[in-house]
Amino acid sequence: MSASETLPTTRVVDLRSSTVRELNQALHDLPPDAALSRWEVRSAAGEHALAVGINAPCTVEIKGHVGYYCAGMNKHAEITIHGNAGTGLAENMMSGRVVLRGNASQSAGATGRGGLLVIEGDAAARCGISMKGIDIVVRGSVGHLSAFMAQRGRLVVGGDAGSALGDSLYEAQIFVRGQVTDLGADCIEKEMRAEHLEALGALLEAAGVNLPARAFRRYGSARTLYHFNVDHADTY
Amino acid sequence: MSSQYPGMIESALFSRDVIAEIQRAATEGIYDIRGWGAKRPLPHFDDLVFLGASMSRYPLEGYRERCDTSVTLGTRYAKKPLELKIPITIAGMSFGALSAQAKEALGRGASAVGTSTTTGDGGMTDEERAASSLLVYQVLPSRYGMNPDDLRRADAIEVVLGQGAKPGGGGMLLGQKINARVAGMRDLPPNIDQRSACRHPDWTGPDDLEIKIRELREITDWEKPVYVKIGASRSYYDTALAVKAGADVIVLDGMQGGTAATQNVFIEHVGIPTLPALRQAVEALTELDMHRKVQLIVSGGIRTGADVAKALAMGADAVSIGVAALIALGDNSPALDEEYRKIGSRAGCYDDWQAGRDPAGITTQDEDLASRLDPLLGGRRLANYLRTLNMETQIIARACGKSHVHNLEPEDLAALTIEAAAMAGVPLAGTQWIPGRDGRF
Ligand SMILES: Cc1cc2nc3c(=O)[nH]c(=O)nc-3n(C[C@H](O)[C@H](O)[C@H](O)COP(=O)(O)O)c2cc1C
Repeated sequence: MSASETLPTTRVVDLRSSTVRELNQALHDLPPDAALSRWEVRSAAGEHALAVGINAPCTVEIKGHVGYYCAGMNKHAEITIHGNAGTGLAENMMSGRVVLRGNASQSAGATGRGGLLVIEGDAAARCGISMKGIDIVVRGSVGHLSAFMAQRGRLVVGGDAGSALGDSLYEAQIFVRGQVTDLGADCIEKEMRAEHLEALGALLEAAGVNLPARAFRRYGSARTLYHFNVDHADTY
Repeated sequence: MSSQYPGMIESALFSRDVIAEIQRAATEGIYDIRGWGAKRPLPHFDDLVFLGASMSRYPLEGYRERCDTSVTLGTRYAKKPLELKIPITIAGMSFGALSAQAKEALGRGASAVGTSTTTGDGGMTDEERAASSLLVYQVLPSRYGMNPDDLRRADAIEVVLGQGAKPGGGGMLLGQKINARVAGMRDLPPNIDQRSACRHPDWTGPDDLEIKIRELREITDWEKPVYVKIGASRSYYDTALAVKAGADVIVLDGMQGGTAATQNVFIEHVGIPTLPALRQAVEALTELDMHRKVQLIVSGGIRTGADVAKALAMGADAVSIGVAALIALGDNSPALDEEYRKIGSRAGCYDDWQAGRDPAGITTQDEDLASRLDPLLGGRRLANYLRTLNMETQIIARACGKSHVHNLEPEDLAALTIEAAAMAGVPLAGTQWIPGRDGRF
């Protein structure tokens, strides 16, 4: 791999001369207890599966647009993408932080179990689908079926949310500042109490998103579908 | 229709069972959910026989001449393919559907005979990882418990698109089986019904699947074989598309395949039997010049060494078993008949695996019931059964003159029914006739 040094601690990988495989292998070669290392990836050019499966504390700055599953299953790393992202950004993330400076395609943060995903632009359909503990903060809007079957964690939407928001929701919490086209099955608006305002404020701050918590409305599960009941068959 | 007892004529169409089901539905207002697989008669391996060696073929001596059973899975792309000593694997069954003890017993039994076992919907438990020398980790639509550390400590990865018992269906684990541990692994509260999605959350279609598989390979540094599991319906096309998507191994599950909890109507009426599905998959692989390069594991109603040998002769590289493995552990044991009767069933029929009240301690999360299954003993019983299946397979292979069970071929088979001949693509016994071949049917 042609890893040249710019700053003393930043390793630069240019994908015009290195492969995705070489990049990921180098990142995987970092042991989980390694000292923090800094990486810069250039010429991302829509490549898929960039910086996936990292299991060590490091920062990765990716320059350019990324394809599917960038930062997938991330643990510990802080990954910033200076561009747009394809399907499944930070899917099943466990911990760490992923920041997207542009827009995300479908299923951003899907099934994520921990960590923080920040999308500074918009996210397409199914943002936070089946999320399991991750926090997702979208500065812009999200598409339809976002937080579908979301189990745990928080989805924060600074703009609008498309139709069927939170369909078949479990225990995840959703906060939306703008319009919600419509809510999915078993998703209802809930009261925004002081503790929610406080927690949301802290999350927005952590995400570096400068919006007031009180401008948001809160949505959650009505919990009527938790036990199959034949009288609810029409709801599905 | 006339009868010597007018007024006592039973309807063939509305049999007593059909009438009872209408009455049950009218009372309860909901479909019947159960475990096990299809219970009605279907064309199956029993409808095939082997043409043992005689004048024109040379048999091998039963106790002296070698007949190998080893199989290597994942030779297409994986740096570390799986080496199995026998061509019989344990199918994916979830922790949640099964007790932790049962999962451990499956691992012990499989490891004792040098084969693999598989996780399931609900993630990997430490017990099963420790007990299984070769463990396949399932990536399912629900992604319950999905964890990159488990991916890294798995020996192979299986992307599950469907199951033979319910192609196109998701899953349901009823609240009574969700104790704190199961719930914790799935990131959900205890005691609520857990729906498993039927579609994956982050890909749709074969082009996306190709990229998804590449991501899984990247995460695990291209070490592990990636399987794709499909429920049998459009098996020819699904097999071809799985090859295109980059599978190392295809797992094909016919409609007889077991389930932990599915609607009866789904089990009995969706999907095609193992026999035609297997033939179609082998045809697709052969046409793509991928037969034996992408390995094929077949499941759905494998019970005996004869079933194993027939599946291999039709072109499978290995088989996998679910229901039979549970029975080997002790499910449906006659010794428990009285207890089965107390819960409305009897030994040999018990299929309420969704209910969590299994007196054998296998399909339950109740601590008292689960503690009835000794993982050591269960593992030994499963190992005995697997050895028996393997020896039976060898007996048949030797009789057909084969020094490796993979040398069995369709030419060694004949069909007993026209249906089986057409579905399996082997001649009706005593004829050259394969219905559907040469434009003759
Ligand atoms: C109790 C039980 C639980 C199962 N759980 C899963 C599962 O989690 N994932 C999966 O892909 N298949 C699951 N299956 C299906 C099996 O993997 C396999 O396809 C099937 O049992 C094979 O057919 P057989 O039972 O006739 O051998 C389950 C089957 C049973 C009996």
